[in-house]
Amino acid sequence: MSNKLLFKDIDEPGLASIDVYKRRGGYAMAEQALAMARESIVTSLKDSGLRGRGGAGFPTGLKASFIPQGKMDKYLVCNADESEPGTFKDRELIQKNPHSLIEGMIIAAYAVGANKAFIFIRGEYVQQADILERAIEEAKAAGYLGPNVLGRGVELDMWVHRGAGAYICGEETGLLDALEGRRGNPRLKPPFPANQGLYQGPTLINNVETLTAIKYILEVGAEAYAAMGVEKSSGTKLISVSGNVKRPGNYEIEMGMTGRDIIYGLAGGIEDDREVLLWFPGGSSSPVLTKDDLDLPYDYESMAGAGTMLGSGAIIVADDSNSVVDIAVKTASFYKHESCGKCTPCREGTNWTTKMLKRIQSGDATPMDLDVIESVCSQIMGNCLCVLGDAMAMPVSSMVKKFRPEFETHIEAARAAREAALLAELSADGPGRDVLHGIAAD
Amino acid sequence: MSFRRDPLGPLDREAVREGDHVPSAIPVPGSPEAGDGIDGRLFHQDVHRFRDGSRVPGWRESYDPAKDPAVVPDPATTPVPEDLRAEIEAFMARYPDHRSAAIPALAAAQRVHGWCSPEAIEQVACVMRLTPAYLTAVVGFYDMLEARPVGRKTVYVCTNISCSLRGGDELLDALRTELADDPDVNIRGFECLGACDIAPMCSVDGTYVGPVEDAEIPTLADDIRRGADPLPAKQLVRRRVADVAANSDDVQRAAVDAGTIGPVLPPDGPPVGDLR
Repeated sequence: MSNKLLFKDIDEPGLASIDVYKRRGGYAMAEQALAMARESIVTSLKDSGLRGRGGAGFPTGLKASFIPQGKMDKYLVCNADESEPGTFKDRELIQKNPHSLIEGMIIAAYAVGANKAFIFIRGEYVQQADILERAIEEAKAAGYLGPNVLGRGVELDMWVHRGAGAYICGEETGLLDALEGRRGNPRLKPPFPANQGLYQGPTLINNVETLTAIKYILEVGAEAYAAMGVEKSSGTKLISVSGNVKRPGNYEIEMGMTGRDIIYGLAGGIEDDREVLLWFPGGSSSPVLTKDDLDLPYDYESMAGAGTMLGSGAIIVADDSNSVVDIAVKTASFYKHESCGKCTPCREGTNWTTKMLKRIQSGDATPMDLDVIESVCSQIMGNCLCVLGDAMAMPVSSMVKKFRPEFETHIEAARAAREAALLAELSADGPGRDVLHGIAAD
Repeated sequence: MSFRRDPLGPLDREAVREGDHVPSAIPVPGSPEAGDGIDGRLFHQDVHRFRDGSRVPGWRESYDPAKDPAVVPDPATTPVPEDLRAEIEAFMARYPDHRSAAIPALAAAQRVHGWCSPEAIEQVACVMRLTPAYLTAVVGFYDMLEARPVGRKTVYVCTNISCSLRGGDELLDALRTELADDPDVNIRGFECLGACDIAPMCSVDGTYVGPVEDAEIPTLADDIRRGADPLPAKQLVRRRVADVAANSDDVQRAAVDAGTIGPVLPPDGPPVGDLR
């Protein structure tokens, strides 16, 4: 298949070892890149139109060009914290093809002049971190990493840093704090990490998929890569499809494929041939879409146009046997648990939204709570150091907006059920309690 | 043992705030259950009182204002296991700033002690030349660092959106019931573990297993209890990428032949892209 880059021959037995990887042409690009001018690599990244694959979608070449020139210590950090619910593409890449990530990092580090590289991997990925550490050892032994890479006078040291379970460490400045051995609280921006990042030095932070793609972009050429996909969303994207689909998993697509082709084509459709209730197009942080939006092309611009975002490329599909209230409660409780507590709007907002949603779930709410939720969510957005609060506010308020009748029906049904249970309990107590009948039914 | 931490852990505190229930962990003066915590955990903390019966301020605070702040432990009086010291020092050597090794060092100490006990924290603090308070704060932030004594075998069950759509909550309940009698197992519902393709799934000491069918739960529980390889056929590392167009034909065939990777099985029907 011509449109496979990152997933080309991903299942080859032993690809995680350097021998097999080199037999497939591995590390040839790193050798070539080290002979190129640093600026020309950054220029090809800009020309390729590659955008950050971690979620924000910031142009990678532009980010790399922000790293100042000069002889100070510069750092390259790979964000392998992949905690966004629904996302598991980086796991597959690291587990099966770790050397392509290392090669991409060698090229990126050379391009920006970084001499120390860290891969921050989430602590839950124990097997993947082991594989990665083994691969780095192999690369060191083969001379691709070390004080004098391939005899070209370039120094590059690379280490795997395991996290310990915190969603917020996927946020770039939170990750830097965790990497410095602190609680992973996000920092005020600016200064951006490109100027003052790890240990206050210029730092380039990119997602696993982005760094891996760098290698393939240089291989096929910036123009060929830019020709893939659609105008402003070029290239291929790994997408993770999960939820009530027949074939959940990772797929590599060219940008611009429609949601229907992805869910009904690649992922085999919905289990038991049910209907789509809602789908998250970019992880649980993205505002939800409904079955009416299935024909939208899957790229950055179209998703933004539909009021949502492509995010990390994680599509979560929920079928119509689920209740939107339960999904909203799950989403909000996750962010409530993961809020680091540094900014008040996020810490309190996620907490109160969860409480209100739980009230709705249990039948203690009134329809007014829906308005309060929307108001709380609108006050979280844009008012915090990082976007964790927004990441709860956006999907929850979109669910309340798009499924308001369902929420109202649920509130009324749950309230009626509670009332009926209460009345049954009272009447079981005997005729002496009849007086309460009227009060409870009031 | 001196008790340095707040008698209410974050979970209990949350429960109190939510009004779900008031844990008996709050030492009620004079009552017989004083000092008896949730889950059978015991808290030994005396309530300091003035002679008139009123409480000395700060008795429920996470610090003891009467004591001097804990300083960096003295290496001469803090015994640290040799292996642990070597491991932590190796971590520290990797970074320009040795403080960066805090998380890996605490994880290493947790592997030795079973949890981040005051003793474990003191040892890490001694090697890293940091205060115990600083490290306690770090422990409190991260889900995988245990601030309480727990079982040595760690089982995380994903209960996030994708898994709960496919029965993650039921899997957690079933495994809890199966393993309720084993104090050695630390079973927790966890945030998204990044394996939604094998939902419902769980991580047994870092080994990802899924999708777990209802019928397999007793076997899985038994594997966990015995410390055996959990459901070898269902492990994530043996799974092929779901994208059938991803590999060239010879690579696919080689992968299946070598037995390194199993087929992707849809919930019903034959294996996708069966190549034999």
